[in-house]
Amino acid sequence: MPVTQPVSVPAAVTTKLSVEHVSMVFERDGKSTHVLNDINLEVGDGEFVCLLGPSGCGKSTLLNAMAGFLSPTSGEIRAGGEVVRKPDPRRIFVFQERGVFPWLTVEGNIGFGLSQLSRAEREKRIAYYVKMVGLEGFEKTYPQELSGGMKQRLEVARALAVNPDMLLLDEPFGALDSITRLIMRGELLRIWEAERKTIVFVTHDIDEAVQLADRVVVMSARPATIQQIVNIDIAHPRDISSPRYLELRDGIFKQIGLAHKL
Amino acid sequence: MNSLSEPRKWERIFWPILASALLLVLWHYSVAWSGTKVFPSPREVEKGMAELVRHHVLWRDIVDSLCRVAAGFGAAVVLGVPLGLALGWYPAANQVVNPVMQILRPISPIAWIPVAIIFFGVGDRAAIFLIFLGAFFPIVVACISGVSNVPSVFRRAGRNFGLTAPQLLTKVLLPAALPQILIGLRIALGIAWLVVVAAEMIAVDSGLGYLVIDSRNSGKRYDLVVAAILMIGVIGLVLDLAFRRLEKLRSVRWGFRFES
Amino acid sequence: MQDETTASTKLRIQLRPIAFIAVLLVLWSIAIRWQPSHLLPGPWGVVGGIADLLHHGLLLKYVVASLFRVTWGFVLAVVLAIPLGLAVGWFRRAEMALNPILQILRPISPLAWIPIAILWFGVGDLAAIFLIFVGCFFPLMLTAINAVQSIPAVYVNAGRNFGLSSAALAYRVLYPAVVPNLIVGLRITLGIAWLVVVAAEMIAVSSGLGFLIVDARNAGNRYDLVVAGMLIIGLIGLLLDMGMRSLEKVKSFRWGYSED
Repeated sequence: MPVTQPVSVPAAVTTKLSVEHVSMVFERDGKSTHVLNDINLEVGDGEFVCLLGPSGCGKSTLLNAMAGFLSPTSGEIRAGGEVVRKPDPRRIFVFQERGVFPWLTVEGNIGFGLSQLSRAEREKRIAYYVKMVGLEGFEKTYPQELSGGMKQRLEVARALAVNPDMLLLDEPFGALDSITRLIMRGELLRIWEAERKTIVFVTHDIDEAVQLADRVVVMSARPATIQQIVNIDIAHPRDISSPRYLELRDGIFKQIGLAHKL
Repeated sequence: MNSLSEPRKWERIFWPILASALLLVLWHYSVAWSGTKVFPSPREVEKGMAELVRHHVLWRDIVDSLCRVAAGFGAAVVLGVPLGLALGWYPAANQVVNPVMQILRPISPIAWIPVAIIFFGVGDRAAIFLIFLGAFFPIVVACISGVSNVPSVFRRAGRNFGLTAPQLLTKVLLPAALPQILIGLRIALGIAWLVVVAAEMIAVDSGLGYLVIDSRNSGKRYDLVVAAILMIGVIGLVLDLAFRRLEKLRSVRWGFRFES
Repeated sequence: MQDETTASTKLRIQLRPIAFIAVLLVLWSIAIRWQPSHLLPGPWGVVGGIADLLHHGLLLKYVVASLFRVTWGFVLAVVLAIPLGLAVGWFRRAEMALNPILQILRPISPLAWIPIAILWFGVGDLAAIFLIFVGCFFPLMLTAINAVQSIPAVYVNAGRNFGLSSAALAYRVLYPAVVPNLIVGLRITLGIAWLVVVAAEMIAVSSGLGFLIVDARNAGNRYDLVVAGMLIIGLIGLLLDMGMRSLEKVKSFRWGYSED
């Protein structure tokens, strides 16, 4: 059965995101923690960008700032020409599976941001995204009956349903087992290619970054700076045994300073 | 959990029945052995209960007690839930009001009787006021902690989808806090049931509490006293179970992962 | 400069609840002018009442009497209910057997036991202590049962894995594992005990803070003493609660609580 197009909603004028000289300092009980230091980055329309770095380095902080949950201590983040000041449905944040609302069914969650649409449109949209993420048959199920991977897919569907300019994913596959993680990466790419959303994806897994992203932004430990931006010039689907893949991956390993013999 | 084997299904019925039967036997024989002329044996209690039912006294008293609970508890819910939600939503407001609540809360509703009588006179309204007092604080506290314990992920997701503050309250915070609020309501209902019985022993002349006191005062009918006490226990249990049923509704059940 | 503004903001925040209480006190003194019977005191009247009690040495006497009864009733309940509850919680069949009985006895207000208390102990201290004991016993037992049942199986399995005997398992695994839950239960039950003692003293004994309230009203409508008594009840109840909370904070128990 052919996949029907969703009801078209005018996309925003520009989906570029620019991070200009952003620094972030947290104050707590009189102690200052420098989390981000002079971050400069531009994300193009339809790009898949990965923020890669060790745990606790500040990449999640940067992502939260991009979403508008935090304000940079200095510097600016602009999206679509305006400064990002608060959360907005045009930039949907995908938390790990725990962001799914447990009191709503799959349908209820996906339809959460769609209250402005007419009932018919809403149902159409929900059905489309249920199918896209592969949750057919589970429309009336509650999240606690779903597996981790399914909950993650639900959250992505909920995010996509409101047709945002960009998706911001914060280590979304972190809580999943490694086999499910591999499957989910493929799913995410498939969804991305269908809709060509701009995606900023935070991870600490080097392989994950090289498998998914167009560009990998390698960040140092706290206070985080951008060490390197690597262009992954391999077309999808990527062969993870190909020499080019391994070359790029090893390059990043070296950049981070890791040996690759255990 | 322990070293014995997993109990079988029939044991769920067998052990309670055995224990209750043993208890009744123990009761019967201690009454007989102690030679008391006043304390009733199980059989006398049974006869007493039948007598109460026959004279329609029991039903009327049960209804009276339940009506008072309904009124007092209902008022506590209507006033307490919005207040608790508001205080949970604005921690600053909570910080201001909290000391006053912490001082008023440990005062037994029964201690309010003289004040209640001044405002409401002796009778139903005073009793309902006491029940209201008993249920009010647990409800407010449960709502406050229900709202403040909503994981911040949900709040952020709500804001991310562009919800305004009132929408955030109704579409995210309320559903998220509902399980904890319901538990608080159930506990408050249990307290209301305790208070109504106590209030009826002092300030009114109908209801199960009054039945307990009256049976003793007019004729030392301890068989009726114990019958009324057991009735109080049973009805209290029924109220509790009914409320737990409410908590099991599917759309609410997500919050109760562990059966208590 | 930064520090000064933070300090003054902090002070302002701490003053807000006090300001709120001050506002309430002002409203109170205005409101009593409207009451028809002119019986209820304003804030100053209450202060005068407290001074009166101190002057006659009654305040200390009544507080001690109430605390004495609470201590005895509460401690007796703890000593009996906790070990029993722990044992019952551990053996599934015991819990199955006793649960219905507990569930029926639990919702019965301790005050409903008054006729029986008077029958067995006469009017006086023992009856009051018995009522407090009854009021504390069931919640404590249920707390202990619940605490044992919530021990994660991994702890028990690890203990067994290391070859602990039953006694060592109880002492080195079960006891530390249940302590946090027990302490919270103790605090809540102490609060219940405080409510019960006041109510019990209003009915069954002739000393203590509850008695003060009833007596002050009966012997001359001294509502200033009534409200003074209520206030002191609230304050002491709050102090008891705070005392128990500080016990929860004792470092060796704190592992059971996530950061506040």
